[in-house]
Order: sequence, then structure tokens, then C-alpha cells
Amino acid sequence: MINDKNSQKIVDIIQNWARKHSIWVLGYGTGCGAIEIPPTMTSRYDAERLGVRGAATPRQADVLLITGYLTTKTLKRVIRVYEQMQDPKYVIGFGSCTINGGMYYDSYNTIKVLDKYLPVDVYINGCMPRPEAVLSGFGQLQKRIAEGRADGAKQYKENLEWYRANQKKIIPNWVMPEYNW
Amino acid sequence: MEEVLYNVLGAIATFLVAFVVGMTYGGLNRKITARVQNRKGPPFYQNFIDTLKLASKKSAIHHGVMQHFGPAFLMVTSVMSLLIVPVLTHNQWFPNLNFHGDLIFLLYIMVFGPLGMALGAGQTGNPNSAIGITRGLSQMVGYEIPWVLALVALMIQYHTTSIVGLMAVQAQSGTWLMFSSPFAFIAAVMAMLGMFSYSPFDVVIAPAEIASGPASENGGKYLFTMMSSGSVFAFVKLTLYVDLFMGGADNIVILLVKTFALYMIPVLYSLTTVRYRTEQSIRWFWGWPSFFGLLAILQAVIF
Repeated sequence: MINDKNSQKIVDIIQNWARKHSIWVLGYGTGCGAIEIPPTMTSRYDAERLGVRGAATPRQADVLLITGYLTTKTLKRVIRVYEQMQDPKYVIGFGSCTINGGMYYDSYNTIKVLDKYLPVDVYINGCMPRPEAVLSGFGQLQKRIAEGRADGAKQYKENLEWYRANQKKIIPNWVMPEYNW
Repeated sequence: MEEVLYNVLGAIATFLVAFVVGMTYGGLNRKITARVQNRKGPPFYQNFIDTLKLASKKSAIHHGVMQHFGPAFLMVTSVMSLLIVPVLTHNQWFPNLNFHGDLIFLLYIMVFGPLGMALGAGQTGNPNSAIGITRGLSQMVGYEIPWVLALVALMIQYHTTSIVGLMAVQAQSGTWLMFSSPFAFIAAVMAMLGMFSYSPFDVVIAPAEIASGPASENGGKYLFTMMSSGSVFAFVKLTLYVDLFMGGADNIVILLVKTFALYMIPVLYSLTTVRYRTEQSIRWFWGWPSFFGLLAILQAVIF
């Protein structure tokens, strides 16, 4: 009964509905984009009505929000944070810097394409994205979760060697604990 | 045999009622907070969605066997105290295992959960957890004093150490204990602010300061257990206050009205204030609340 394919489908629909309406965000304020998070959360735009709320630690969070550029120094911390999060987990790339480097396209110490290091589920374009755009991005993520297409964590698991190789190219002194899911 | 089955089924039903009511109250708290802050706020059933999501997390890492103790002890504490506190006065459907001296037993049991949490948080090795536990136990030393003074005053005044006995006293005299021993009620309500650990007494789970404290390494199913046991325990505390000071409740509607009115005290007080430091919090509890507790003892001894 439980291993039945149809009943699994129903369970998936219920679980995805819950995941969609309860998104706990770990805002990793790496760049200037973090300044757009307070207006998104407070009374003007009120993201909590969509079930979006802040999480205190990576263990409790569902979404890792990379707000803006990532320097090579912070990338290591972001990877560590991402690997501490519990499955299912999603990444939102916030701002142009995570897509192609943005205004830091020729900088020597920021990474340009976030997707090479962490599996990004949703990008929010803009420099800065306004709170409307952020809410629209969360809506997009909710849609993907409901359809079961937000499987970045699964891709990360499957292509771990590729991601690791990219990460180690940036971080020469790789002193990190082993990945624990 | 039939009685055992009846008790077990009744206990499960009581647990379900406590879970649903506690969760709904938590959601209403979030809604009211949002409305006061001029926001729309999440729906009142948001906490159910959150728990469902936490329960359906695919992985939940633990750092050793002892980490299971934290959430498990919290849950055990909630269920044990739920079974001792009478939910309704003439309870046909909610059995309870009360006995003589259960008020003293309850005083012990209520600190059992945080102690288990201390064991569990110690295993995680997270410094924030250790700080949170230290703060929690310190604050408990603060609010336990007015709380115990209020309860001891009741015990002296009415010569009984059972909750059902105190409810019978109220039923006989026709006045609630909050009117016949007002100082004990004031001290107990002030202690309740600390028990709920909403702002300004949220020193334990200060999310922006020590990253939710004891819970910081608990995700997925552990956090699910902690959230649901917290909801059940909130229901237990409110029901206990209604039983002790407001004459209990004859049916579930009256119980909901009374508990919700009581629940509004910590909720609304939390909206007006910001977080104390730990020593300020303890000093607050050892000030006026303890003074009212001592007045309650004097009233009990002299009158």
C-alpha cells in the first residue's frame, strides 16, 4: 500500500503542498542585496503571508538565499552552509552578480556564475531586484516545488564530483569536513 | 481491561485536542502579531503547514544518541503533564491520572523537559545551544520562584495539594481562586510570562542573537517534535491556570474562551516590549512577581 506508486504520488502532492507554503529562508547576506530583504519581510510587502519566514540556522532552513556577489573567501562558507542544510533544500540566486558577475564581471576575487558551484533553483534578475521581484521569485520557486521540479539538491548529489572540482579550483586551501547529508 | 483501553484512547484523544488547540493558538499569535505590525500575516493554520513540512523533510542529521534526548524529553514532559492536568471539570471523555499531591509532582515535571533539552543540546556541540541552555536554566530560576510561591500559598490556604481538590474548593465556594487569593494569581500570571518565553523574556531562543539557542542544531523531525511538544505544553499550561484560578471549564467552548483570554496576556505583553538581557529578566522575576508571591503566602498564613 505504502510502496504503491499512486499512493506515493498522493503523498508527494501533500508534502509538496506543505513545502510550497512553508519556506524558511536562510538569508546569506554576502552582498548588497541583503538590504532588500528587510522591506520584503516587513509590513510593506509582508512575505510571511506567503509562508516565507526567516530561519535562524542552516539546519532549520529550506532555502539558501545568495544575495549578490560572492567573493572567493565567502564561497567556502556558503558551500559549508549549503551542505549543512537538510533535504529538500533550494538555492535562490539573487541579483545579476549570481548570474554572470554583474558589475563585478572582471573582478579578480568574485565568482561569476553561481550555478557552477551550487545548484541554483531560481534566479532573480536585477541590480538590485525590488521586493516585488523577490516575491515574484519566491512565487516561481513555489511553482517549481509544487510541480516537483525544484530538484537542485538531487542534481548536486548526482554531480558532486563536477561541483567539487569547480569549487576546489576556486578554493586552494580546501580544509573542510566531509559532506554529511 | 476495558478501563485501560478507555484510558489509552482517551489519552490519545486528549493529546490530539491539545495538539490542535496549541497549534491554532500559535498560529493566531502570529496572525495577531502581524495585524499589530500592520501586516496581513500568515493564515492561522500556518503552524500546521510548518510542522507538516518539517515532518516531511527527507533527512535530519544528528550528532549522537544524546541528541535524541532533547526533543524526546520535551515530548515526554508535555504528555505527562497533559495526563495529570484535568482538561474539563466533569470529564467523561478526557481521562486524567490525577492523585493526591499531583501539584507538587507537576512542579517537578515541568522542569524535566528543559533539563533533557540541556542533555541534547550538549551533544550537538554548538556553542549557541550551550548559551541558550544556560540562559534558559537561569531564567527558570527566575520565574520558578514566584510560581512556586503562588502554588505554595494555594496549598497552605486550602489544605490540599491536588489540582482536583483546588477545583472542588472553587466549585463549593462559588468564587474563582483569582478573586479569593488575588496575590497568588498575580504572581502566577507574571511567572507565566516567563514560562511562555515570548518577548521580553525570549532570551532562550533569541533568533538574531544566538540563532534560536537550544534548537539551533535540530532540523527536520527533531524540530517537528520540539514544535509539537511546545504546542501541547502551551495548552497544558493554559489549562492548568484555568483549573487553578478560573474554576476549570465545564465544556470545551468555555475552556477555549478562558484559555484564549489567558493566552492573550503573554501575547499582547510581548508586542509592547523588546528583549531583556538574561540578568534583567531574572531581576524582573525576583522583583514584583516574587513580592506578590510573598504577599500571597502572608495572606494564606494570616487569613
